[in-house]
Amino acid sequence: MTWVNAVVHGILLGGLYALLATGLSLMFGVMRIINLAHGSLALLGAYMAFLLVEHAHISAYLALVPVLPGALVVGYVLQRTVLERSLRSGMLVPLLTTFGLLIVIGNLLQEFFSPDVHSLDPGAIGPAAWRITSRLSIPAFDALILGIAILVLFLLQLVLTRTQIGRELRATAADPDAAELVGVDSRAVYARATAIAVATAALAGVFFAMRSTFDPTSGPTQLIYAFEAVVIGGMGSLWGTLAGGIVLGVAQTVGAQIDPQYFALAGHVVFLAVLVVRTAVESGGLRVRLRGATT
Amino acid sequence: MDEGVKLLEAAGVRKRFGALVVLDGVDFAVGAGEGVGIVGPNGAGKTTLLNVLAGTYRPDGGRVLFRGEDVTSRAAARRCRLGIGRAHQVPRPFGGMTVFENVLVGAGAGGRRRGREKYRQAIDVLELCALGDLANRRAESLGLLHRKRLELARALATDPEVLLLDEIAGGLTEGEAAELVVTVGELRRRGIAIVWIEHIVHVLVQAIERLVCMDGGRVIADGDPDEVMRDATVVDAYLGSAAVR
Repeated sequence: MTWVNAVVHGILLGGLYALLATGLSLMFGVMRIINLAHGSLALLGAYMAFLLVEHAHISAYLALVPVLPGALVVGYVLQRTVLERSLRSGMLVPLLTTFGLLIVIGNLLQEFFSPDVHSLDPGAIGPAAWRITSRLSIPAFDALILGIAILVLFLLQLVLTRTQIGRELRATAADPDAAELVGVDSRAVYARATAIAVATAALAGVFFAMRSTFDPTSGPTQLIYAFEAVVIGGMGSLWGTLAGGIVLGVAQTVGAQIDPQYFALAGHVVFLAVLVVRTAVESGGLRVRLRGATT
Repeated sequence: MDEGVKLLEAAGVRKRFGALVVLDGVDFAVGAGEGVGIVGPNGAGKTTLLNVLAGTYRPDGGRVLFRGEDVTSRAAARRCRLGIGRAHQVPRPFGGMTVFENVLVGAGAGGRRRGREKYRQAIDVLELCALGDLANRRAESLGLLHRKRLELARALATDPEVLLLDEIAGGLTEGEAAELVVTVGELRRRGIAIVWIEHIVHVLVQAIERLVCMDGGRVIADGDPDEVMRDATVVDAYLGSAAVR
């Protein structure tokens, strides 16, 4: 039963990884940008919520009300001012740009918030759990995060399939030049995609901060987990991202069941195994599509 | 050309790729509702001219005017919304989307219609291009003929005043090309101006009333199709003596 418990906890943990990975997957699917600053932007969201909790004395949940629209704006401006220019110079430049952003955000957070470790209060739901048997319990907060991840993916899919903005996004992802020729302003589409991506990152960051502790160096670690979830789930696929997050989460909790030291290692091993198998199968290179959006 | 105002015009357009001069001072214009064909040997600069007109390429010299307004620095998406539509030689459907969604992107982004009217526009265009039965098929699952029709339908959905067609009959059978001519004829009846590049000249002349011949990045003949086809420089540059029947 302890193994079942480990698997259940892994599935729930996968919700957080999926939430973290959604924006990364979206940006890669639409613009082929691998956003190395994604984890740092999530962390930035967490710190903004932290500021509001400390100074406005509101709950972390309520802090999402201003933080999420703020993140949309940050994403939009980021694309329009920095990433748009980088994209014009080829594939590698956005990689360097976002790497620079990662460092800048990390150092700014260090400067303003000190290297102290913080945490956000998840409220009464934090320690709550449904006890099924003496060895199997379901942590309520992790279940909430998984529920939110599914909701976010569902809403995103709805936007992608049912709205003009979504159709333009998919058309631009498929062929930006052809999309331009039927009147789609690809730069506006890219800015919207980044705005959505940064907002989901901030959402994930706030929940991450409620679930565990965070400090200014937490960004890159979160980026690695998100990145692994995206790769395991198939680059640019929305529901694949959820599957990837869950596979990663289960690998980690099952690994930790064998030995607590194997938590992170088991995740990395599964990621590597998937990567090797996939590159072998699709030796023509990783196929890039917003698969999840239409199936 | 004298019967109408100039709708879309290229004035002294130059374009080079590295050392290769592709357009060497091209003057070209199409009037409202007019049908113009462009012929010329490979490498004459025909497709590049369409790309400059549609805004995919920015010319190195010269200007592009739409209804007399300088649109040279306008992006392709803006020009599309002004009323310049473009269909490619090799169809570029949006993969992962249905035929209907493909057309809807154009109707919503490039057209001036919003809300429900946008859907009506998309349905009209699909009917016109005989794609109604395939509306829910994935675009990438279509065969060449239907891909070509989808390319046309998507451009039409943007509600163009002038449609730039690049060898849309290439690779089709005689019968399929004839159907296409009928469709283009219907567009002309609706008042849409056509600029059509095509190698299959006898197909082309059924749908246009003016023919332009390009060679070496220049316009070498422009006028009545029969006269252009008899023009000695055209025969020399493009057709070769064997082709004059």
